[in-house]
Amino acid sequence: MDETEELDFVPLHDRHVALGARMVPFAGYSMPVKYGKIKDEHHAVRSRAGLFDVSHMGRMEVRGSDAIAAVDRLMTNNVEKLSDGRALYTVMCNESGGIIDDLVIYRLSSERLFLCVNAANRDRDEAHLRENLQGDATLVDRSDETVQLALQGPAADEVLQGLTDAELEDLRFFRSVEADVAGVTMLVARTGYTGEDGFELYLPADDAQTVFDALLDSDSPTVTPCGLGCRDTLRLEAGLLLHGQDIDESTDPLEAGLGWLVKFDSDRSFVGQNSLEAKREQGLKRRLRGFILRERGVLRPGYAIEIDGRSVGELTSGGFAPTLEASIGLGYIDTDCDEAQEVDIAIRGRTRRADVVDPPFYKRSS
Amino acid sequence: MELPEDFRFTNDHEWADDQGDGTVRIGVTHFAQEALGDIVFVELPAEDEEFDKGDAFGVVESVKTVSDVYAPVSGRVVEVNDELESAPELVNDSPYDEGWIVEIEMSDPDEFEELMTADEYEGFLEGQE
Repeated sequence: MDETEELDFVPLHDRHVALGARMVPFAGYSMPVKYGKIKDEHHAVRSRAGLFDVSHMGRMEVRGSDAIAAVDRLMTNNVEKLSDGRALYTVMCNESGGIIDDLVIYRLSSERLFLCVNAANRDRDEAHLRENLQGDATLVDRSDETVQLALQGPAADEVLQGLTDAELEDLRFFRSVEADVAGVTMLVARTGYTGEDGFELYLPADDAQTVFDALLDSDSPTVTPCGLGCRDTLRLEAGLLLHGQDIDESTDPLEAGLGWLVKFDSDRSFVGQNSLEAKREQGLKRRLRGFILRERGVLRPGYAIEIDGRSVGELTSGGFAPTLEASIGLGYIDTDCDEAQEVDIAIRGRTRRADVVDPPFYKRSS
Repeated sequence: MELPEDFRFTNDHEWADDQGDGTVRIGVTHFAQEALGDIVFVELPAEDEEFDKGDAFGVVESVKTVSDVYAPVSGRVVEVNDELESAPELVNDSPYDEGWIVEIEMSDPDEFEELMTADEYEGFLEGQE
């Protein structure tokens, strides 16, 4: 974005500054990239619990008696199969199968869906939804009136249970429930973007500070405030894709390894279905793979992937993985190199050896 | 962090320390390491490589960013800090001492005298805020 453009502030902005966060522009918002060291925050989430303010994400509801059918028609995954209190991960494609966005959809009731979308795509998503929702289905943007906190890590459960009467043991992965946390009524969901167990909390903006502070006040186990810096290293280790980098409208879910989100059921049809079916018939030209650098250095987006001096693709994500203590990356390579177990990555004019793997790079035990 | 008094500085946040034998030891400043964050990799030049003042002679990579390191003076690399290969975090922990990057034999010692003194660099940093 244009640097001179005014940045928006999240409701907790002053709190982040008071905690010593380094604030950076991200998707039009001033957001905390880190409070201390990115590596320490990363390890805190892997070993205990970290608290993220991810209020820059877009949040919206679709309401109406046709809400579910109308949204289902725009998603590759089957929204009609959700029951109340369940959530799913899906992509929303254009007619040619390109990924407009990836998002999580929570079914609140038979006439209410709650959508969490990427910050940078909020306007594009809303325009697409408004234009294509059919029947009795109304879109309501709730981004500004709510905040979104992510409490992530193996101790997240214990920390949150200390602040709520809801039985978190019964709240399984990709389920949500309306509950009181620190006296504030909110949507509590067992979802996240770190590869750890954890929760995302959607609550009124006015109560943001009460809840944020109550979570941070937990001292056994301790909760570490975490910025977007470690959010990126955590999601990359977990092999979770980032829209705008790993996927966008020029990529489709099949080549991105998201085929499991595409439900070609005979009893439904969705936008992009014909194109995706044709792509599946023809066979994929490229495929998203993972790379682990075997030599010293750091993988970064944009680096060329080569086999025997021939360019076969480009990295879309890359960085240093604190848990693995290695440099890892994601990128598309031609499917005629599917068998390749190692490649060269061009780093500043020199090539370095990398192993080819299928993400995730990190999987939590238990 | 206190600036080492005898060191000289560049506006790209490198420091140079005169070793008294025609060579200077070079690293990045506390300000630079703090701005970069956790350093995970330092790309070192080869010994005997020659650089002109202002040339990028190395690369420092942190978790989030990549930054070139520029030669404060012209000359030939006589030593590199191999320790950084296994412990790049020394640049964070000890930017003026154990985190040094290279030693260069100067081809024009006047260039060293032209660099900012500690006082001048401190003034430069204040102007940056």
